[in-house]
Amino acid sequence: MSAAREPMFELRGVSKRFEKRLDFAGKIARAMGARLRDEIVHAVDGVDLVIGKGEVVGLVGESGCGKSTLGRMVAGILPLSAGEIRRNGQVVARAGGAAEADAAALREAKLRTQMIFQDPYASLNPRMRVADIVGEAPLVHGLVPARELDRYVDEQFRRAGLDPSLKRRYPHQFSGGQRQRIGIARALAVQPDFLVCDEAVAALDVSIQAQILNLFLDLRRDLDLTYLFISHDLGVVEHLSDRVVIMYLGRVVEEADTETVFRRPNHPYTQSLLDSVPRIDARKRAFHPVKGEIPSPLNPPPGCHFHPRCPRAMERCRVERPVLREIAPGHRSACHLNDAA
Amino acid sequence: MTPTLEVRGLRTHFFTRAGVVKAVDDVSFSVARGKVLGLVGESGSGKSVTGFSIIGLVDPPGRIVAGEILFQGRDLTRLSAEEMRDLRGNRIAMIFQDPMMTLNPVLRIDTQMIETVQAHAQVGREEARQRARDALGMVGIPSPDERLASYPHQFSGGMRQRVAIAIALLHRPDLIIADEPTTALDVTIQGQILAEVQKLAAETGTSLIWITHDLSVVAGLADEIAVMYAGKVVEHGEVSAVLDAPLHPYTAGLIGSVPSRNARGRPLRQIPGMTPSVLNLPPGCAFRSRCDRASPACEADPPMRELAPGRDARCVHPLLPADA
Repeated sequence: MSAAREPMFELRGVSKRFEKRLDFAGKIARAMGARLRDEIVHAVDGVDLVIGKGEVVGLVGESGCGKSTLGRMVAGILPLSAGEIRRNGQVVARAGGAAEADAAALREAKLRTQMIFQDPYASLNPRMRVADIVGEAPLVHGLVPARELDRYVDEQFRRAGLDPSLKRRYPHQFSGGQRQRIGIARALAVQPDFLVCDEAVAALDVSIQAQILNLFLDLRRDLDLTYLFISHDLGVVEHLSDRVVIMYLGRVVEEADTETVFRRPNHPYTQSLLDSVPRIDARKRAFHPVKGEIPSPLNPPPGCHFHPRCPRAMERCRVERPVLREIAPGHRSACHLNDAA
Repeated sequence: MTPTLEVRGLRTHFFTRAGVVKAVDDVSFSVARGKVLGLVGESGSGKSVTGFSIIGLVDPPGRIVAGEILFQGRDLTRLSAEEMRDLRGNRIAMIFQDPMMTLNPVLRIDTQMIETVQAHAQVGREEARQRARDALGMVGIPSPDERLASYPHQFSGGMRQRVAIAIALLHRPDLIIADEPTTALDVTIQGQILAEVQKLAAETGTSLIWITHDLSVVAGLADEIAVMYAGKVVEHGEVSAVLDAPLHPYTAGLIGSVPSRNARGRPLRQIPGMTPSVLNLPPGCAFRSRCDRASPACEADPPMRELAPGRDARCVHPLLPADA
């Protein structure tokens, strides 16, 4: 299914390192023998990913796995430490170097990629009327002439399921679900073809979450949108996505179409993640949790990052990083167990 | 056998300048020994205030205006502050969503735990320490001896929540009220905590009230479920019965809103509109403006009635199996 799609985004070896250099005092202390070093977090470590046109890719992982960082790099709001990102075949972001696309094409690419954030309370300017929040960008980018702006904003409001008569209000006068709709209206106002949704429904109540998820489904159908849907909630991802990518401590550990990931997970981490999820159809049952905690990304375990918690870890997992490779058409997994079979 | 806890007609109102907020308005339920009650609702449904009312932590302008909270036969609403303090943390414990609400950030874990032990038991420091260590071991904290000497910030979120649970367990309480204790945690860590809690409730005979917005958590953990909406329990019954055949349209809508594997890619059965503010709520069924079964009869307050053995709902037009 995904193989047939024309790729929209191609990520090659994309990495992001956050470095905390020693300050002056730290350097002196180190020169005098203190065991201090620069702290480097490999938030995202060599990710290859293809997102097809019109596809909904779900990006799943727990805290600190780098899913949000990856989303931000795809959205173009964080520079890369290594690798490159292509959009429609053109390099739009590359570590250290200039992009291949010219300035105008680059701006176009950025405009066509929009992001929807988790916290609808923090991502809207509290001092702006919502009509201005939604209308500012299309006006600045010349997508709509000033005299038609009013009508245009009304249209965006209606599409996001908001009453246009409320547009003179400020963000604090709206509920959480309505604010998330404003965030969606703002993103859609510049006519994007690609949306990065970073935990876009995580802060909402279940009944409101269902409304927003339905809105995402409707918009996809009506506007032919492509989504990168980042979430820790497997139920939400399963419902919405065509393909699912599982990350653990900065690396992609498994990737396949949604059916396969949920029916036949290959990677032990994916399996234990699915086992841990409470399901409404699973009654009064014993929980079989994964052992141990998520290691600090500051100091990840060597070899396979998951080996200290993995029930099937072998000697090799402690030393050698498993490569993400195809184990069935369209199904990739990074686990040494696949070599043994 | 008398249940560990029986709440009858509880009303907790907040007297604010804008008006009376009826956060909890006529709530009744009971929890038997060793059983888990899931108290489910969305933001503002009054589920947390119900928990705070039981443990006597409702701050002004809030006040319990009516009802009885019978804990092992004693009415908690009639106890003096002194008597309540004697119970709280001893026979009744609470676990909060944010463990940092329980833990003092500037004191070591051992200081905090020993203090808790000695508050209710006449024991020496060494024995108190021993009990603290055992409690940490019980909730699955590795090397409890070393961890006792740590400060809260040296723990991860999941470990902090375990410490908070260990503190709640110190006096082997008869009732634990857990207010969204796993909401802020990652799935694998949530799974670990749920497993521990399930084991503890079964082993020690502690009754548990598990307050959550997440129906899936309750499905796997609880024996009974009470669904709250706008300050009232709208449906109550055994977990499987409620989740398989909800009687109240709100419960049905809530279940339909949960994405699950059989409805992939199809629109979810959403509930239109949003939760009403409980400030100056008009009389009648609070859900009627969002309900597709609403009729003029819903403008009078629907009473809680038993619609099937062990199944109560507060609805004039319940979803009886005959219509399904």
